Amino acid sequence: MYWEQEYECMDREGLQQLQLERLQANLHRVYLNVPFYRRKFDAKGIDPDDFTSLRDIERLPFTTKDDLRDNYPYGLFAVPLREVVRIHASSGTTGMSTVVGYTKNDIKTWSNLVARVLSAGGITKDDVVQIAFNYGLFTGGLGIHYGAERVGASVIPISSGNTRRQIKIMQDFKTTALICTPSYSLLIADALKEAGVNINSLSLKYGLFGAEPWSERMRQEIQERLKIVATDNYGLSEVMGPGVAGECLERQGLHVNEDHFLVEVVDPETLRPVPVGEVGELVVTTLTKEAFPVIRFRTRDLTRFITEPCPCGRTLVKMGRVMGRTDDMLIVRGVNVFPSQIEAILFDIEGTEPHYQIMVEREGNLDDATVLIEVSESIFFDEMKKQNEFVDLIKRRLASELGISVEVKLVERKTLERAEGKAKRVIDKRKY
Amino acid sequence: MLKIRNLDSGYGRLKVLRKVSMHIAPGEIVTIIGANGAGKTTLLNTIAGLLRAREGEIIFDNRDISRLPAEKVVFLGCSLVPEGRQVFASMTVKENLLLGGYIRQRRERKGAMKAGIEKVYGLFPILMEREKQLAGTLSGGEQQMLAIGRSLMAQPRLVMMDEPSMGLAPLIVKNIFSIIVRLREEGNTVLLVEQNAKASLAIADRGYVLETGRIVLQGTSEELLMNKDVQRAYLGRDLDVEMKI
Repeated sequence: MYWEQEYECMDREGLQQLQLERLQANLHRVYLNVPFYRRKFDAKGIDPDDFTSLRDIERLPFTTKDDLRDNYPYGLFAVPLREVVRIHASSGTTGMSTVVGYTKNDIKTWSNLVARVLSAGGITKDDVVQIAFNYGLFTGGLGIHYGAERVGASVIPISSGNTRRQIKIMQDFKTTALICTPSYSLLIADALKEAGVNINSLSLKYGLFGAEPWSERMRQEIQERLKIVATDNYGLSEVMGPGVAGECLERQGLHVNEDHFLVEVVDPETLRPVPVGEVGELVVTTLTKEAFPVIRFRTRDLTRFITEPCPCGRTLVKMGRVMGRTDDMLIVRGVNVFPSQIEAILFDIEGTEPHYQIMVEREGNLDDATVLIEVSESIFFDEMKKQNEFVDLIKRRLASELGISVEVKLVERKTLERAEGKAKRVIDKRKY
Repeated sequence: MLKIRNLDSGYGRLKVLRKVSMHIAPGEIVTIIGANGAGKTTLLNTIAGLLRAREGEIIFDNRDISRLPAEKVVFLGCSLVPEGRQVFASMTVKENLLLGGYIRQRRERKGAMKAGIEKVYGLFPILMEREKQLAGTLSGGEQQMLAIGRSLMAQPRLVMMDEPSMGLAPLIVKNIFSIIVRLREEGNTVLLVEQNAKASLAIADRGYVLETGRIVLQGTSEELLMNKDVQRAYLGRDLDVEMKI
């Protein structure tokens, strides 16, 4: 269902006009109010008055996570603090946290964009929405919360963790929609199975998942095990939080809210735009943010544009599911390896669980990658020969897909660190 | 209906507008707010063809009008209610209205002018009472009504108004603004330039903030009313004073 049809189904020309208007106004404000950007623009000889087309964005310098850290905590705010009504900080998955702020208008815009994403994923005011994202400084919890209230759904702000309680509430409160990370939804599925809960006795219909990369296979497993329609959504605190992009029920990619975000996909090495449809790093420029605008923020997330028209009628461009992070992109013996590739292979092989870890070590000058995979107990009861065959099968599949050989180690269920927030897929023990 | 991209304009060597981009959809009331000298009148005069655009595009109903003379622009359906009314003081009310419809006169069927005048009288009954009076003897509010009525005589689809509240008593301003709302209800699209940001944002769907010839902010009226910079600069709320109290 559309939330704001006039924007979600806008014709391309109208959208580009709106984007240009917003970009020009935004650049003037950023230049005027944020010394960091003014210095960067001046150093490159860029005058906001020179912007005449959306393509001019390519002349602007990128903004990175390091820039945000260097200006910790408030250096990149474009309004005085007294106009800021909310402060969030990024989860700091890969380092020190970064701080972002919101004006009253920002909170309204944010709620509205999350409402769009939730509506696209099937949520209406009739739903009972269980938000099992971590509340607090992380934008996931409160971000989704405000959007779900905006839609008019009945919102359960349960936050993450305490899986038994999640299940009890899911049963008692007749939750119809679950919102959390995809890995946590599988953890809930595990717990439901262990508790012997009949899935049909639940009221669950929809699941909206985000905050970490996941695969099509994982979607299928979640959909089958929880008997829901699972959609992907995307956002990051540096840009706003959830609400940047979300899948419609077609489940063929995430519609980007382009009227509020100008998006590019660039080659992470050359920083040049990749041909449309090819994988690269997503770069986002906010068009309407007041308190914390960002110009060409490098998200580190790898994705691609899908420009084919969507049967749902939305004209907003789609991005493919995030394939991983440029930071996660392991370079093992010179070959790019994405955790998502390994995940896709493991889902294809019967007997493996969707829990795995990739460990990279270095012996001398040679990288050694080992994939630790949880397997169902039955495998271990079988004779050694069969187990070896199984390991060989996985190795062969991985080698042919990744282009390098990796070690494979089977571990018992629940030996790998389980995530209630984000799954840790990569352990890089190499020292540089 | 109207799309402007990267419009530069000015007077002689003085550059006033810098890369202004904006749009108006059919049926909208869009307001442009800004301080004195920000370039609001320059923008309207450039759209109207009274000033020549130096660069950029002004697309009105899929046609670039940025190089067209004023009378062509009016003929295409875009008319201006100029700043300070500019009624013809030594002519009667009716003569003023007839002049407003001049551009249509030769092409329209007989009686069209009469119907147009009646429509204007319907909107502003006071003008009918003053029909034979010289425009210069009208009050400020009546002159504003006449200026609006005159622009409607050209049967525009887009009406541009430059500071209609200027120099008028609050009660009259209220009246004029309710007329603007009515114009929209009757299918017109309105571009309203105002210093009275509060009044214009109250009736507009969206707005643009013009500062030193640049658009620095745009959004729905609601968003602009909530924006602290707009409140400080255009709505007369002094936050520094408020903080101290």
